[in-house]
Amino acid sequence: MTRGQRRKLRLSKLYSFSCIRLHGEERHAQIGQRGYSRIVYCNDPDNPAAARLNYKGNHVSTTKYTVANFVPKSLFEQFRRVANIYFLIVACVSFSPLAPFTALSFVVPLVLVIGVTIAKEAVEDCQRREQDIEANNRKVEVYSGNGTFHRTRWKNLRVGNVVKVYKDEYFPADLLLLSSSYEDGICYVDTMNLDGETNLKLRQSLDVTSSLRNERCLQVFTAVIKCEDPNDNLYSFVGNLHYNGKEYPLSPQQILLRDSKLKNTDYIYGVVIFTGHDAKVMQNATHPRSKRSKIEKRMDKIIYILFSSLIFISFVGSFFFGIETRRDLVDKKYRRWYLRLDDTTVFYDPTRASLSAFFHFLTALMLYGYLIPISLYVSIEIVKVLQSVFINQDRHMYYEATDKTARARTSNLNEELGQVHMILSDKTGTLTCNSMEFVKCSIAGIAYGQGETEVERALARKDWSSEANEISIERIDSHGNAVHSGKPIGHSVKGFNFRDERIMNGTWVNESYPDLIRKFFEVLAICHTVIPDVIRETGDIYYEAESQDEAAFVIAARELGFEFFKRVQTSISLRELDYERGEKIERNYELLHVLEFSSSRKRMSVIVRSKADLLLLCKGADSAMFERLSKDGRLFEHATRDHITKYSQAGLRIMVIAYRKIEEEEYELWEDEFLKAKASLSADRDALLDTAADKIERELILLGATAVEDKLQEGVPKCIEKLAQAQIRLWVLTGDKLETAVNIGYACRLLRQGMREIVITLDSPDIEVLEKQGDKEALAKASLESISKQIRRGKSQLTSAKENAMEFGLIIDGKSLNFALTKNLEDMFLDLAINCASVICCRSSPKQKALVTRLVKLKLGKTTLSVGDGANDVSMLQEADIGVGISGVEGMQAVMASDFAIAQFRFLERLLLVHGHWCYRRIAMMICYFFYKNIAFGLTLFWFEAYASFSGQPAYNDWDMSFYNVFFTSLPVIALGVFDQDVSACLCLEYPLLYQEGKQNILFSWSRILGWMANGVGSSIIIFFCTTNVMVEQAFRRDGRVADFQVLGVTMYTCVVWAVNCQMALSINYFTWIQHFFIWSSVAFWYIFLLIYGYISPTISTTAYMVFLEATSPSLLYWLSTLLVVVSTLLPYFSYRAFQTRLQPMPHDLIQRKQRECAETKTSGESSIGTKDKLKHLKEDTEHSES
Amino acid sequence: MVERGETSSTGGSDGTQDPFPSAKKITKRPKYSRFTQQELPACKPILTPGWVITALILVGVIFIPIGLASLFASQRVVEIVDRYDEDCIPPSFKDRALGFIQDDNTDKTCIRKLTVPKLMKSPIYVYYQLSNFYQNHRRYVKSRSDKQLRSRKDESKTTNCEPEAFAGDKQPIVPCGLIAWSLFNDTYKFSVTNQPLAVNKRNIAWDSDREHKFGSDVYPKNFQNGRLIGGAKLNSSIPLNEQEDLIVWMRTAALPTFRKLYGRIEVDLEAGKEITVMIQNNYNTYDFGGKKHLVLSTTSWLGGKNDFLGAAYLAVGGICLFLAVAFILVYVLKPRPLGDPSYLSWNRNPLGHLN
Repeated sequence: MTRGQRRKLRLSKLYSFSCIRLHGEERHAQIGQRGYSRIVYCNDPDNPAAARLNYKGNHVSTTKYTVANFVPKSLFEQFRRVANIYFLIVACVSFSPLAPFTALSFVVPLVLVIGVTIAKEAVEDCQRREQDIEANNRKVEVYSGNGTFHRTRWKNLRVGNVVKVYKDEYFPADLLLLSSSYEDGICYVDTMNLDGETNLKLRQSLDVTSSLRNERCLQVFTAVIKCEDPNDNLYSFVGNLHYNGKEYPLSPQQILLRDSKLKNTDYIYGVVIFTGHDAKVMQNATHPRSKRSKIEKRMDKIIYILFSSLIFISFVGSFFFGIETRRDLVDKKYRRWYLRLDDTTVFYDPTRASLSAFFHFLTALMLYGYLIPISLYVSIEIVKVLQSVFINQDRHMYYEATDKTARARTSNLNEELGQVHMILSDKTGTLTCNSMEFVKCSIAGIAYGQGETEVERALARKDWSSEANEISIERIDSHGNAVHSGKPIGHSVKGFNFRDERIMNGTWVNESYPDLIRKFFEVLAICHTVIPDVIRETGDIYYEAESQDEAAFVIAARELGFEFFKRVQTSISLRELDYERGEKIERNYELLHVLEFSSSRKRMSVIVRSKADLLLLCKGADSAMFERLSKDGRLFEHATRDHITKYSQAGLRIMVIAYRKIEEEEYELWEDEFLKAKASLSADRDALLDTAADKIERELILLGATAVEDKLQEGVPKCIEKLAQAQIRLWVLTGDKLETAVNIGYACRLLRQGMREIVITLDSPDIEVLEKQGDKEALAKASLESISKQIRRGKSQLTSAKENAMEFGLIIDGKSLNFALTKNLEDMFLDLAINCASVICCRSSPKQKALVTRLVKLKLGKTTLSVGDGANDVSMLQEADIGVGISGVEGMQAVMASDFAIAQFRFLERLLLVHGHWCYRRIAMMICYFFYKNIAFGLTLFWFEAYASFSGQPAYNDWDMSFYNVFFTSLPVIALGVFDQDVSACLCLEYPLLYQEGKQNILFSWSRILGWMANGVGSSIIIFFCTTNVMVEQAFRRDGRVADFQVLGVTMYTCVVWAVNCQMALSINYFTWIQHFFIWSSVAFWYIFLLIYGYISPTISTTAYMVFLEATSPSLLYWLSTLLVVVSTLLPYFSYRAFQTRLQPMPHDLIQRKQRECAETKTSGESSIGTKDKLKHLKEDTEHSES
Repeated sequence: MVERGETSSTGGSDGTQDPFPSAKKITKRPKYSRFTQQELPACKPILTPGWVITALILVGVIFIPIGLASLFASQRVVEIVDRYDEDCIPPSFKDRALGFIQDDNTDKTCIRKLTVPKLMKSPIYVYYQLSNFYQNHRRYVKSRSDKQLRSRKDESKTTNCEPEAFAGDKQPIVPCGLIAWSLFNDTYKFSVTNQPLAVNKRNIAWDSDREHKFGSDVYPKNFQNGRLIGGAKLNSSIPLNEQEDLIVWMRTAALPTFRKLYGRIEVDLEAGKEITVMIQNNYNTYDFGGKKHLVLSTTSWLGGKNDFLGAAYLAVGGICLFLAVAFILVYVLKPRPLGDPSYLSWNRNPLGHLN
């Protein structure tokens, strides 16, 4: 039914102002020149001229690699890392006689490590490839020369093809809209994938093509489009259509972009303009700059330190080797005759000792290479991917309403989440739901609506201070949440949260001004651009509105008995209660004109004819409306203004509702002028229209005001408080008005009771005067002065209030921000801002958001996190160290630019305090441990060298060594990186203080890193000297045999494997079977390896042949020395930790003692968020009563 | 990149709730498992004073007896060590020790008399001990050919053996390499009260070496035929796997001071008995200042005489006990009510200071 009606609807009339405008005139002139040279032969892709242009097909590939370049490119990527280059060079050199061990034993681990990394790349790329294949193989109907459409794959599309796209299908390429199932060639487009906006966009074809609505017409259709070259600007298009010998300018209004979707339109015809990678969305798909975490940057430094120490000890070794070698030749006699140095290569030649020392240096670089952990990078990558899986799988971060989980879009930054100093947050859609609820109204000077908004509750909190009150409020809150997330009690409608017995259910007729109430709701029901959509089966009505506010109005009107159900071209139909007769009637309003909303007008009107009356219904911002009231219409002005102030204090959005009756003559006169303005094509058309509209929107009669709540997201205040407890700063950067922003600030506890506000604004009379004069220079100068004065005043306020520990909130608006961010002022501004507890920047543009982010990031050098949900937050997300996108209602744009995506702001608490803390801890521990284990091992080689005249002979068997990083120590450290928890998740949340460990970087401070390294050095010394002293020259078994090279090597190696794995066991806090399994199986695997390797034929195992089975295992000395060495290597760390936890405990040490399990962890499995919150509150409650 | 295949929203802002509530929705809600939710049952060891003290005392209690037992075992071992390299140079050659040792015509026999300090139960192991001899030098360690040692057909595989790979006429040397070439060649003959004391030289090498690393069909060839003579010569009629002195020598030592098994005396020696050793002092350690010792030693369950292990066990055990005491003191002197919430309060550090 509705479909048919809509078909006749001429929307060009409904959208009288804004939509179908001509613009970009001057750029049209450039067509054919540079940057505007594309020529599309419509419906004629086989045209020889088109073939000459040779535009690419519609095949897209977003993969990083192709089959052909995968190997070289991925190898190149791998060897861009310094450490890997080193290993590559070593691997190459290891084939020369310089190598201290067999080349293969070095190459295999390298190949293994690189192979795993490359395999990971390959898997990731395959996933991208699958997406591409899916997209490339979607079907679309293409017009073929014989006059019919046939289905083909997307990738086969060519420029110039005419395609038919059906409802709810994606556009396969950038298309020129020719015509649609509607007569006037309009169609609705969902551009969520492009800009994240959920409201439908209207597109309209040129009039000349809108008649091409069947195959027959298309058969004769040929045209040429000359337009701009591919570019990434989604909102502009410059081009001409040459059709039937005439030239028609094209605008973005006729362009349908790839990856947007056709909605509410049965089908459209379009011509393919940009294919494949030329499409605007693909042009936009730049690979975001890759962010690296601070830990990783520091890790690089450590690698450099290790390199330096590697070079240093190699140098020391070579120095002594050189001296030894020189000393071998005394008075032309070779001292160590058994080395036959009289007949040697340059490597040992005493006559060329310095040269041989140089070559030895190269050997030593390889030999001590075990200091550099070869598997560090790959282990970290594996660990981070697994950590991301845990983040993605966290049920506590799953949001049922949108069916979204948290998603770590990059795994690079997991640990950075644990170090956030500052959060820069968007407001709309991030802190608030971006869903508007009609909560209050003031009609004829009487305030209606009893519901309490969240903001009001917060305001109440602001006034009362006792904690008891807070708890009771919390209770209500949680109850409310439970209702919200659980089953609705009673009647609940989205967008409507209005309760007032006086006017609901038709009782308004008994109020003192029923007539005005009726008018009020009529305005709400008529004055809008909403389109109703009736589901035929149920009769339910859905509204498609451009803004959430409008939808809320229409819904409110419906709920109060003025149901808007039908819109046709010229009229709007309501079902309303006739209070005189007391029955529901259908009423028709003839729609004459719609005067659109615009940001400069700040109001919107419709002119309708109802029965005999000619009415102008108007709604708008209070600033725009009150000055337009007539003398008689100001009856309720005073009361209404009072209400408005109250409402806006409560954080509500206000619209003033008014109407007027128009006389026929006046209307006719005005219409003439208006139509003339509308028809004019001159540049000042807009201005003409505005003045025309202005003329009729006068002498209004005030009806009242509406208050719509921009609902806070669930749990936002609690989350913010927790983040504040973790001493994470939260700055809000919003596009909203100052008042709204401040109110939201109170609502979400950003601004707290007892906090003093410092407001920096340019809304002062003298600035406004200058603004009106239009002298830009003077204005800028005055503004700058005013801002710097205000900042200075703020600072002096701060210093004077320092004694009494007053907290400050800074509020600054966008205009002022422009000046505060200039070179001269930015330091001062930042200084002020960071000394305030909370900062709110309102009216800020996307660019300003990014600028503030950059300022904070660069000047403070601290980790910043931006969180936002809309396309306007993208630059901020990309600028910050971590960008968190809210995958909410506003679509995908922010999420696509983000590093992490969460469904609700409150999940940030868990993301940072739990996952961030864990990941930080895990990675920090892991890296420290990595260095420990490699130093402990690598240095034993060095100590041994001292006893082998630094000749470069490794103490261990080649393959034993090469498997050290790969098999005997790798898995436990990965388990540490993936699973370790210092305290459970709920304790993390309960004690946000724990977050300080990451914020102050306690676990990865230089002292700690060096401590671990020292521990490694100490372990290596203990291992080497204990084993060598135990196994010196005497028999090491009952049968009188002495320990030889292999036995000593195996004993030392056993001690190393045991020591590092036990050290791991000692330093982790969380033993699941996985940890046990990995640690003990690593040790066990060493023995198994010894057995197997010792069993292989001696040609392969060489010195390791039967060592364990025959020589060491029957020796008690071997086992006893293992025990001794392991205990003594652990003792320093153990006693240090034991004393540290007593004397200078770290936060997690303290909290670990609170082994009290949270009830939450037990129930969290299946319980809903609501009950969980309740549990939490209950617990808090008991805690309060106890204390 | 724009994500494709997102589930479409219902489009625009609907007036009421979801039109198809809970109609067989495929939810993305992560499946619950203790693993994915990181709630696996785990033991969370923390360093509580009780644990720390218990662990330290436990280590002390275990280590001290082990230490004592080891020390005791080591003490029970009877060991005779006799350095003979200097004393076995005749006085006339005192300043020309090198000349003496390198001269084929000098008499290198040397008589040493050793007194048995305590009863030495058989088996008594006879070792020679060299010091300052770098058997672990890379050039030396690598200078051998395991393939050649193993089987006859690989006789000519002498990689790494330079400069002892080929004899003058390009014939491969078996066994090749510096290790074999520098084979120790001092010999000892023991007698007690003029009765010769048999030294069993069989079975002094590892079985695995004899059976798998040294071939029974490999005979010495061209060995010590070159210009420079390194050490001992080998009887070319005995296969390598029976040349146990060579096998023992070829298991290189890890440190520059090392002992190698020479043989076993399989009779008990009474305390006070004097052993006469006739040494053929052939081996040149004078070039590099290496000492030569003759060692006779019994063994215990731990092996030879070495107090280090016992002492180390005692030391570590002692340190642990000491630490335990220190820790108890800390606990008594500086008790801290743990889990005190005031330590956890974030209020202690007021906001306003970015750390």
